[in-house]
Amino acid sequence: MVQFSLPKNSQVRVGKTWPKPDGKNVRKFKIYRWDPDTGENPRVDTYFIDMDKCGPMILDALIKIKNEIDPTLTFRRSCREGICGSCAMNIDGINTLACIYGTDEVKGDVRIYPLPHMPVIKDLIPDLTLFYAQHASIMPWLETKTNRPAKEWRQSIEDRKKLDGLYECVMCASCSTACPSYWWNSDRYLGPAALLHAYRWIIDSRDEATGERLDQLEDPFKLYRCHTIMNCTKTCPKGLNPAKAIAEIKKLMVERHV
Amino acid sequence: MHYLTDRKRANGLGSAKSGTEHFYSMQVSAVALAILVPLFLFTVAPLIGEPFEYVLRHLRQPFRAVITGLTLVVGLVHFKNGARVMIEDYTQGATRKALIFIAAAIAYVLMAAGLFALIRISLSSVPF
Repeated sequence: MVQFSLPKNSQVRVGKTWPKPDGKNVRKFKIYRWDPDTGENPRVDTYFIDMDKCGPMILDALIKIKNEIDPTLTFRRSCREGICGSCAMNIDGINTLACIYGTDEVKGDVRIYPLPHMPVIKDLIPDLTLFYAQHASIMPWLETKTNRPAKEWRQSIEDRKKLDGLYECVMCASCSTACPSYWWNSDRYLGPAALLHAYRWIIDSRDEATGERLDQLEDPFKLYRCHTIMNCTKTCPKGLNPAKAIAEIKKLMVERHV
Repeated sequence: MHYLTDRKRANGLGSAKSGTEHFYSMQVSAVALAILVPLFLFTVAPLIGEPFEYVLRHLRQPFRAVITGLTLVVGLVHFKNGARVMIEDYTQGATRKALIFIAAAIAYVLMAAGLFALIRISLSSVPF
């Protein structure tokens, strides 16, 4: 539901400023911190990093802070090359992956927050359990009724090409957490990521549950909360187009009716 | 505290098995309004400021009357459907249901009043 102001215990306060190192290429990082164990309000801590002694990506800076300045800083990371989707966060106002977003792409102070409008577990880690459950609800697997063929489910080159721009999604949640409709109605709207995956299976020539998949999505909230705001497409760190995938689902829905 | 699994929360009450007709009717009424509103402005707007009998005489001409009636009906249906979407976006629970009812009531009352006025104008005794 829409909320125009944060509850008192969520209002962000000014946090600790860590010592500034010597160096010519020092950048300031302002990072959201919240520890559920302290019971305190969230705060924004300020760190300084000599970029001549740090890798080029935002994730490099975060790892340097954790290793050398403040080991309590908490964030998810794994592959460091934009494949696992773990390090999605809000950097300079944009939801993206810290591992493939260069520090030089940010002008001025580097402001880092967790993905917006999700419950925070700690620091830069959002609670994505509902997001993953929504993904699971669209049945992200090949659903068939015909007896399994002797070798494999065959697919033409043309049909395989239809999956390009869809299968690459790494489920980082950048798109869904950039969507105002998802902010206001995430309990009922599936969000761009789940819908992109839904379309990936709807359009798969080998899948035999197209009708059931469309039936499941035919809902004023699950699908039709998308108002083509396009934040999802603008923010996707993999350059995918969830808004187009959702529009294609809507076209198929209309095709069934008219 | 409700000990619901995330999957149960994600599934909710399941699919309503509706929504496409609402979506499609919004698309159709939007396209219709893109045609009707300019026609309405070109045919009816010039009557603003003219004498009463002159307006009555012209407004009951078949083309103007039909355009006015269609703009009124299609516009208010579009308003009702669009207002419903906005209300669903920003409100919840009983407030949501009440506001949807109020928006629909406003649309239908305005539609009835407008059509009544148009019929009355069309049947008025002012000579052509």
